[in-house]
Amino acid sequence: MNRDAALELIKEVLADVVPGADPTALSPEENFRDTLEMDSLDFLNLVEALSGRTGLPLPEADYPSLNTLNGCADYIASHTSPA
Amino acid sequence: MDHLIIRKEPRPDVVFVLQDYERARADFTWDEARSRLSGLPGGDGLNIGYEAVDRHLVAGHGGREALRCIAADDTVTHLTYGELGGLTGRFANALTTLGVGRQERVFTLLGRCPELYVTVLGTLRSARVLCPLFSAFGPEPVRQRLELGDARVLVTTEALYRRKVEENRHHLPHLDHVLLVGPITDPPPGTVSFAELMEHAPQEYAVPPTDPEDMALLHFTSGTTGAPKGAVHVHEAVVAHHASAAFALDLRQEDVYWCTADPGWVTGTSYGIIAPLTHGATVVVDEGDFDVHRWYRILDSERVTVWYTAPTAVRMLMRATPREGARELPGPYDLSALRFIASVGEPLNPEAVLWGQDVLGLPIHDNWWQTETGAIMIANFASCDIRPGSMGRPLPGVEAALLQRGEDGRAEITDGRVRVIGEAGVEGELALRPGWPSMFRGYLNEEARYAACFADGWYLTGDLAKRDEDGWFWFVGRADDVIKSAGHLIGPFEVESALMEHPAVAEAGVIGRPDPVVGAVVKAFVSLRPGLVPDAPLKRELLAFARRRLGPAVAPREIEFDQNLPKTRSGKVMRRLLRARELGLPEGDLSTLENPG
Repeated sequence: MNRDAALELIKEVLADVVPGADPTALSPEENFRDTLEMDSLDFLNLVEALSGRTGLPLPEADYPSLNTLNGCADYIASHTSPA
Repeated sequence: MDHLIIRKEPRPDVVFVLQDYERARADFTWDEARSRLSGLPGGDGLNIGYEAVDRHLVAGHGGREALRCIAADDTVTHLTYGELGGLTGRFANALTTLGVGRQERVFTLLGRCPELYVTVLGTLRSARVLCPLFSAFGPEPVRQRLELGDARVLVTTEALYRRKVEENRHHLPHLDHVLLVGPITDPPPGTVSFAELMEHAPQEYAVPPTDPEDMALLHFTSGTTGAPKGAVHVHEAVVAHHASAAFALDLRQEDVYWCTADPGWVTGTSYGIIAPLTHGATVVVDEGDFDVHRWYRILDSERVTVWYTAPTAVRMLMRATPREGARELPGPYDLSALRFIASVGEPLNPEAVLWGQDVLGLPIHDNWWQTETGAIMIANFASCDIRPGSMGRPLPGVEAALLQRGEDGRAEITDGRVRVIGEAGVEGELALRPGWPSMFRGYLNEEARYAACFADGWYLTGDLAKRDEDGWFWFVGRADDVIKSAGHLIGPFEVESALMEHPAVAEAGVIGRPDPVVGAVVKAFVSLRPGLVPDAPLKRELLAFARRRLGPAVAPREIEFDQNLPKTRSGKVMRRLLRARELGLPEGDLSTLENPG
């Protein structure tokens, strides 16, 4: 998946997991867990949804990379084959 | 009953605070427990803040580390008891400068930052009343609590104020002072900087005479009906905080102790701040969110010896670190400093107790108490066998019983009398004999609701339990409709009321849907006004609407449309029936139902 597609995907999943969230208003380096007030369950739902959509295993050790839009997009783009 | 038992072999090399359960119960008196605290000099009463801070300074222990605050970005702030004394003195003096009177309420709406701890202890030392709010509450629960609690001061951050308070400030005429912690980019009207206020206040402060029965803490909790209730606790509660931490957590002065609960909930105040500081222990505070690696890393790097956490967190660790099969964690992390692990908030399933034994190297000790009890009442003790799945046995000084239930599911009261169940294995409402120091002294401005909690000399907890033939208590469920999600008590009425404010909603019924990780997930059944289409976009809109108002801690996670909500003849939505339907259980007695077909 290329980076742009990954970025779109993460925004889509965020909007789905956090009711009422507007991912388009997030800046790329902002910790969206704070901004969107995601608790640990919201975050787990996000990880599961991302894992389901990308087929990536997303181990716990990598969770800290998944707190920002840029972090997520880079991670997904570098761990999947380019579409 | 035939239970699995984790045996604790006698260990001549280890002395527990509670070494012999039967003997400790026989010998214990609350007077003796009181004598273990200092009391104010000159017999001027008892003050929680003094016991947590001043008495260590008097004893020459000001240099000992009191707080170790790990920020979300991993920077660590160390505060000694001496520094804590100075900072809390500044805050107490600042309250005086602002003209805040004794017994007036100071609220916090903060993450777990050092300023939160300074505010809590400064407020208590100065004999004002502290009311902590959970920062993941939305604007509506925050407004309601500030209003019901007659807030005079609120300590929060600019972001939290903008997001959760500002829009409702005009509803809060008594809220005279809003103090903002941390950097302020654009000062909102009617707020001042916490840091500036502190800078100008002197640190020397003498705790004023304090009656042990003076109000000290206000903790809001949720009931089945009506608005949240503010449970009032007094300074004398510190006697129970101190004694129970010794008995049920085996806590001592030399411990590095981590309580993962947020001080917005009673556990995070009683055992995240007060109890460990009265013992002179070092308290680890983590501002960050739950994260498996982060938590194992903190246990390792801070050399935590006593850890008090919650079943939901334990079950999330279990997901990442299964008991069976190969696992990477906690592998690289060294948990050898850990001596004792306890859990509270909802029943700990037997698998979790055993998981602790296998994966962390120690079994997890479940215990039980409530906002109203102020301190741990029933526990599994370090020196005693564990019966996994049981909440344990009453602490020394605590008398617990099970009462026979009537038709409404609560303890049956006939001519003012209740019946205590003598037989083992029979389900009843868990009740406690009043008299322990941290028992709540009222619900603020709600006499009738307080009185309704007592019958025939017992405090009625609203929890259902059984007791086995050896005296271990086993949690069964709630006797009312209150939902326990991730260890937090959520009132269905509060959630229903918020949903009903949406123009599309005609009626709502809210229940807890059982969930293997968080215990229960808040689920709402909603009927729509005529002409509206129950589709996915509307469901999303309602979920978003509720989350915006209530915040993630309280908002429903699921909504199901149902145009035929079961109701009583008087028109009340029957949550019991919604629960039965959700679980596929028999629906029981339908005689009060409006339309049983």
